[in-house]
Amino acid sequence: MVDVSPAPLCSWLILFAPLCAAILILLFGIHRRSLSAILAIAGLSTAFVCTAQLFLQTLNGQLVLPLELSVSWIAIPGLSIPFGILIDQLSLLMTLVVTGVGSAIFIYSVGYMAEEQAYSRYFGMLSLFAFSMLTIVLSNNWIQLFIGWELVGFSSYMLIGHWYAKPAAADAGKKAFMVNRVADFGFMLGILALWAISSPLASERTFHFQTLQDRLPGLVSAGLVSAPALTLIGLLIFCGPIGKSAQFPLHVWLPDAMEGPTPVSALIHAATMVAAGVYLLCRSFWLFEGLPTVLTTIMWVGGVTAFLAACLAMVENDLKRILAYSTLSQLGYMVMALGLGGRVAGMYHLTTHAFFKALLFLAAGSVIHGTHEQNIWKLGGLWRSMRWTSVTFLIGSLALCGFPGLSGFFSKDEILVLAHEENAALYWIGTLTAGMTAFYIARAWFVAFTGKSHGHAHESPPVMLMPLFLLAGLSIVGGYLEIPHFLGQHEGEFHAGVAATSLVVVGLGLCLAWLIYGKRVVSAQQVVHALALPYSFVARRYYIDEFYNWYVATIQQKLIAGLCAWVERYIIIGIAVNGIAWLTRGLGLILRRAQTGKVQTYALAFLLGVVCLLSVLRR
Amino acid sequence: MPLPSASAMLTIGPTHYLLASAILFVIGLIGIMTRRNVIMILLCIEIMFNAANLAFITYARAWHDLGGQITVFFIIIVAAAEVTVGLAIAVLLSRQLKTLNADEIRLLKW
Repeated sequence: MVDVSPAPLCSWLILFAPLCAAILILLFGIHRRSLSAILAIAGLSTAFVCTAQLFLQTLNGQLVLPLELSVSWIAIPGLSIPFGILIDQLSLLMTLVVTGVGSAIFIYSVGYMAEEQAYSRYFGMLSLFAFSMLTIVLSNNWIQLFIGWELVGFSSYMLIGHWYAKPAAADAGKKAFMVNRVADFGFMLGILALWAISSPLASERTFHFQTLQDRLPGLVSAGLVSAPALTLIGLLIFCGPIGKSAQFPLHVWLPDAMEGPTPVSALIHAATMVAAGVYLLCRSFWLFEGLPTVLTTIMWVGGVTAFLAACLAMVENDLKRILAYSTLSQLGYMVMALGLGGRVAGMYHLTTHAFFKALLFLAAGSVIHGTHEQNIWKLGGLWRSMRWTSVTFLIGSLALCGFPGLSGFFSKDEILVLAHEENAALYWIGTLTAGMTAFYIARAWFVAFTGKSHGHAHESPPVMLMPLFLLAGLSIVGGYLEIPHFLGQHEGEFHAGVAATSLVVVGLGLCLAWLIYGKRVVSAQQVVHALALPYSFVARRYYIDEFYNWYVATIQQKLIAGLCAWVERYIIIGIAVNGIAWLTRGLGLILRRAQTGKVQTYALAFLLGVVCLLSVLRR
Repeated sequence: MPLPSASAMLTIGPTHYLLASAILFVIGLIGIMTRRNVIMILLCIEIMFNAANLAFITYARAWHDLGGQITVFFIIIVAAAEVTVGLAIAVLLSRQLKTLNADEIRLLKW
């Protein structure tokens, strides 16, 4: 019997089905609305089915992981870059999330974007995004990963600026792209530095993950790579996740990215792309594992981001932006988990977060679709008019704040247990953030979904509700799927004290929100008034945007660009270019006096020349 | 070549011819420098030619070498040709520019 293994075919299909969809849509589907939607959904669901197939084979034991397929892509002397697919537990889980949640969101988009003009461009870009994201996830080398990394940045830019006629959307797209470029510059330097140290022989340098991983201990013990150099490389590579996963201080682009269509926010800016940074840290964890300085930096960046973003979410009034800050905060949790050494815990939270945050965003999109309003104070009473949306939003909210039994409870608990063992300060920051998470999401819930109704609202069509139900189901059962077991093993055993503490804090947060925004025992204005100073500081987003504006406008544009302009104008143009011209011209002015055009003058010169020559020859 | 002595003052020797040649040459040179008329400049050039011819003949006689005289014949022929061309240029200049003043003929000047 011939063993025809479908696994390689499936693997390539996962990667290229969305790309084919994107190309077909952009070439032939621009004026065919339903065709483009069908192509996009078919492309991604093909990828999903193939992934599920591989996943089931893995569970049955038919497929032994890791599976690596690689073709030589660029091979010139001294540089070889493969193009390949690496399927192990990590990438298989991430691919499942991307294609699964992605398919749900693609279907949702059919309803959400129904009245959109540039419908085909939207689906084309979504498919391109899916391909780029899968390129990152399935990559077996740094260069392919970096190409995917930049491509998701590009498709994110295109989708944030989908309504480019609106200045805020166009600006937000540019901001996201530029902030990411700043971070990616460091990331690229890190990749190149890692390549440079990968072998003492120029011909054996490599970008390949597994080879690097195998070689690194040998290089370190042979003294070919110094520890500070490796630390620097680790920090440079961590720049990539800081940008893409919007960690403090480069988090500023993510809230603005909410100008894009809501399904985009759900897919790209909550569930998958921003999680790519966390995925990258997991993928290259072998590099960070032995670098305590880098791990400390990572965990503190994550912890600080989690806390600061939760503060921002507490004062935000825009429903989507509350969710954006919440995403920042949860990404902070994941990065912190990675920094604490919790590769499995980070990936676990990434997965459950993808479920419930996509759910929250899609529910918020349903609200926006039904009311055309996203300021929570102008919403209200949606519980009565949009029952299904409200129920699913509630499930997502409870999963987010870690309600016992829902997915968020398990994954967050795992991170907190890890922090409890490793670092007390971060444990308390994490626990406090959990309380704040409960507070801000309950605030959004009570203000937008309960109370008095403002104006007309209608429930969304079934094509939008179905993905909501699917994701709500996943948010509920996500904690029972034994995801950590699939990835390896639990890193933190269940700890009753930690769980109880976080439950109490979360309960306090919920109660506080209920008292202020639900029961309205205390007026929200009074609270704001009492905390005027910190409130204004947080409401202005810690003045970070102002600082960047000041930095770009004053330091870069005026000082550095001014200095460059001065050097160019006066040194390069003034002295080097015009100076030579003036010198030539001046010499010419003097020398042209010699050419009088009078025959006699020339005759005199001739005479003098002859006299000189003769007097010399006489000697 | 013996220097002229006081007793030989009445004898006209090669020195006198050479002196005459030098005087003619300088006259021609000064004429070229100072005169403005193209034809006068040509004439001065002719004077300088003849100064040179005189010097050649003087040496030819003093050293009994006919080579100098042969050279002079060549120079005369070349000078005739040169004068032909020079006068033709002068005629054309006067037709085209209505002047023979060398200072006004500055077509090649920047």
